[in-house]
Amino acid sequence: MSDEHTLNPEIMPEEPEKATLEGRNKFLGFWFFLGGETVLFASLFGTYLALKGSNNGGPTADELFGLELVFIMTMLLLTSSLTSVYAIYHMKNNDFKKMQLWLGITVILGLAFLGCELYEFTEYILHEDFTFRSSAFGSAFYTLVGFHGGHVLFGLLWIVTLMARNAKRGLNLYNAPKFYVASLYWHFIDVVWVFIFTVVYLMGVI
Amino acid sequence: MAENTNSSNSHLDYHKQKKKDEMKQQVITFALMIIFTIIAFGMVTSGLDKLFVVPILLLLAVVQVGFQLYYFMHMSHKGHELPSLMMYGGAAVAFLTVLTMVVLVWW
Repeated sequence: MSDEHTLNPEIMPEEPEKATLEGRNKFLGFWFFLGGETVLFASLFGTYLALKGSNNGGPTADELFGLELVFIMTMLLLTSSLTSVYAIYHMKNNDFKKMQLWLGITVILGLAFLGCELYEFTEYILHEDFTFRSSAFGSAFYTLVGFHGGHVLFGLLWIVTLMARNAKRGLNLYNAPKFYVASLYWHFIDVVWVFIFTVVYLMGVI
Repeated sequence: MAENTNSSNSHLDYHKQKKKDEMKQQVITFALMIIFTIIAFGMVTSGLDKLFVVPILLLLAVVQVGFQLYYFMHMSHKGHELPSLMMYGGAAVAFLTVLTMVVLVWW
């Protein structure tokens, strides 16, 4: 199957992710899922906003958060969003190697982001005595930010799996929608992070 | 026959150029997002009045998310009617959810 579906620049469809029925279904289904994810994260944001003042005698948001690390994390994730745009650009030009390269850069940036987040959490837990159980503020914070971190981890595993599974196959109309959908997921992670750094960190310290 | 190949080549070049132009646009979008982020962090560290800064922060976040959705996730392209419906529907429910929880606590 993959032989006849292997893309060739001469007959390259304009939107390889939507060239097959399966691709179109994946595309639609995934956007439906993202609509649901929006609501899911909204409930976590609402919970956080409602409970952020309940610090139970522990550290408050403006005592706890520093902006330097958050700024670095924001830049890492924003840049990784652009690198996955480059990956899809090369996918549309049927350049499998360059697509893999840019996906690899995306994964490295995502890992750096995750490393920063783990460092932040361990600092809070070990030195600030701010844990999941210390207050309602703590529970809401770790649920919201940790759930986003979980999405980053899942996205990384997803992209690495796709890269490894298709390393020898190359690009075809069967796996192009898979790469496209994974990149949508990665952008959505950055969408959520924009609200986290605004609502949790910036509005927390102001 | 030769004409056919020519026309298909120019067709191909046209699409390649279109993709290149779009990529350029996406890099500009990225630069704007970086600038918005720097403005947001700058405003918070500059110690301006809270009532003035918070609405601007939220506005910057919404615009940045719009850039992400419409340019990086291609929602500005044709054939994104149902995705738009889902995202706007999701955003509307999200707004109500946050409003409900906040109002419940602040009442």
